[in-house]
Amino acid sequence: MSFEILMPALSPTMEEGTLSKWLVKEGDEVVSGDLIAEIETDKATMEIEAVEDGKIGKLLVEEGDQSIKVNTPIAILLNENEQIQTLVKQPINEKTEAAETLEFNVTSNDFSDELQDITPLNYKKITVREALRDAMSEEMRLDNNVFIMGEEVAEYQGAYKVTQGLLDEFGDKRVIDTPITEHGFAGIGVGAAFANLKPIVEFMTFNFAMQAIDQIINSAAKTLYMSGGQMGCPIVFRGPNGAASRVGAQHSHCYASWYAHCPGLKVIAPWSSEDAKGLLKSAIRDPNPIIFLENEVLYGQSFDCPEDENFLIPIGKAKIEKVGSDVTIVAFSIMVGKSLEAAEILKDIGIDAEVINLRTLRPLDTETILNSVKKTNRVVTCEEGFPFSGIGAEISAVINENVFDWLDAPVTRVAGKDVPMPYAANLEKLALPQVDDIVNACKKVCYKN
Amino acid sequence: MKKNISTKVANINSNLNYDIKLLRKMYKKMLLIRRFEEKAGQLYGMGQIGGFCHLYIGQEAVVVGIQSIQIEGDTVVTSYRDHGHMIACDMDSKGVMAELTGRIDGYSKGKGGSMHMFSREKGFFGGHGIVGAQVPIGAGLAFAHKYNSTNNISIAYFGDGAANQGQVYETYNIASLWKLPVIFVIENNEYGMGTSVKRASSGNNLAERGKGYGIKFEIVDGMDVLAVRDASERAAEHCRAGKGPFILEMKTYRYRGHSMSDPAKYRTRNEVEEIKKNSDPIENLKQILLKSGITEEDLKLDNNKIKETINEAAIFAQESPEPSIDELFKDITIN
Repeated sequence: MSFEILMPALSPTMEEGTLSKWLVKEGDEVVSGDLIAEIETDKATMEIEAVEDGKIGKLLVEEGDQSIKVNTPIAILLNENEQIQTLVKQPINEKTEAAETLEFNVTSNDFSDELQDITPLNYKKITVREALRDAMSEEMRLDNNVFIMGEEVAEYQGAYKVTQGLLDEFGDKRVIDTPITEHGFAGIGVGAAFANLKPIVEFMTFNFAMQAIDQIINSAAKTLYMSGGQMGCPIVFRGPNGAASRVGAQHSHCYASWYAHCPGLKVIAPWSSEDAKGLLKSAIRDPNPIIFLENEVLYGQSFDCPEDENFLIPIGKAKIEKVGSDVTIVAFSIMVGKSLEAAEILKDIGIDAEVINLRTLRPLDTETILNSVKKTNRVVTCEEGFPFSGIGAEISAVINENVFDWLDAPVTRVAGKDVPMPYAANLEKLALPQVDDIVNACKKVCYKN
Repeated sequence: MKKNISTKVANINSNLNYDIKLLRKMYKKMLLIRRFEEKAGQLYGMGQIGGFCHLYIGQEAVVVGIQSIQIEGDTVVTSYRDHGHMIACDMDSKGVMAELTGRIDGYSKGKGGSMHMFSREKGFFGGHGIVGAQVPIGAGLAFAHKYNSTNNISIAYFGDGAANQGQVYETYNIASLWKLPVIFVIENNEYGMGTSVKRASSGNNLAERGKGYGIKFEIVDGMDVLAVRDASERAAEHCRAGKGPFILEMKTYRYRGHSMSDPAKYRTRNEVEEIKKNSDPIENLKQILLKSGITEEDLKLDNNKIKETINEAAIFAQESPEPSIDELFKDITIN
């Protein structure tokens, strides 16, 4: 009986990869554990092993084939009696069910609007990961005081490849691997910032930043005030925040509302490549401590992004990603994409949704939110984090305090469920807010079924 | 009870190598700190100073000895027991006292208080209220000295209590690994608040914990300002030569409670009196000065001048206005 070797998922968020090299050829005998190919993912190049004994009957993809979806057959393994001729080459890149559910790609131009205050000339499609890297390398070229430190940022090229290439360009003085001691290196970053350097401190995920929370809050956020304005702390703490995929409660927490709670910090949560680049550049230039909440699932997604090195997005300004008149959806980070998907579905049932991408959580662009509410009279807030004391709760309060009389329906929250993130795929899906949840919430506030 | 510190009068014979002017300067600085702290205690009792107020009385030799080897551009960071460090850094006693009274002319415009004061100009980076948090910050300042290729060092003071904090050891590891020019000064005054070192800390001397990280250390009689100066000179030389961090454990003693609200039931009055009588750092240096040709009359003049300075600071601190209402929303972020 023949056996299909499938494109493996080599990380929790991997959707596709490149077969960079075959280490076997057709007709080769392999035993379980033999290396058969090199796979390049968006994070790393890894070797894969045969998991069964047999003979390589057919290689189904060529060396160098890119964008091979996870679970696509890449080779056929034969038992001794089988003939190669009996096999039919299968098409590659066929979307499997698993890949399809993850498939999601929106460009910011799909929802073009006139509200963007900066209109750069050239756009290029790049991933969020590349946009973040470009933002850092451009700013490091401009300002020698900017440096990056964190776990695996240098020689490993970044746990999520965000810092790829930075060590080669800037050397180990400015691209610095740290031991796995978040509290210590965050504090060293804060001290360096007090001395007028401009550190970018990468946390492998913001879950681990809990180890450093004292330095972030008590030292970075409060010292300017406690010093009567003397001790600025120009530092950026960045890294992935919120759920990735199947990594459990200790690796999936959204800390947006935790940081947004604290005066002295600015808190940014980009969605697209454009957001990532324009906001990270602004964050690095900002003289204050910045919490820059990225999203692992978005790293590999591509969006049109301005190429201009002077492109900056102002901190504290939201962007209306889609203009609409019936309901306002307020979202940030990955929920912006889901909100835009929901808006498309709503269009078909006659609801014209406006989608606000907050971009910055502190200071919150209340003006954009309130103006939109005055127009649509209905609001749905969207976040991955827990509902209790969440960003949605804050937005709801701001709306009640300022534009209560404009509301035609209660402000409604779509949020993660109030549970630690489960590992099981079905439960994880239930715990996270989905497009359907947004659609249903919008229908509810528009009183449509 | 076993005493960690030397109870003998400082080694009088060792003074021959010291410039008498320097000795007198150090004496005056220690005295200034003591008089400042006594006045702060007094104002606290009068209700002019609120909240926590941690006095440095007894420990003056540590900061004054180390300060005497600092060069322009060196930076200092310490805990909440910070008044002495600020005075040692030549910060104005008026500005420090006005911060204690919560007034606009304080170093933090009255918004920081006793534990949170800073002066970029004088290289003093706080004044930190979280036990141990200043240690990685001090290493960060050292990182900046190295990054900027200066010859400067960072001096990070912390107490025996902080010496058990995890972030101290994370910092030891990184500072040693990256050869950061930082002197970790453990001011071991024998009590972390009300808990004696032997009830809180395993092992022998706190400084020895640097061994595992390959950090050189010395244990110093922190009541002897000259011993402090000598040891910190060696430590600073090590750091400036690019050899990485150095730990100095200063065996010292605080005469007052942990803070003004501490009844100090955890030690006997006799214990405190013994130290005051036999090991007082100011008295020790005074004896040396007297044997070096300085007269009682000279020292009395010094003392009077210092008292005058402190009285002026106290008056200034009480007359300075409270911060205006609009200060409430200032300095949260830089616009």
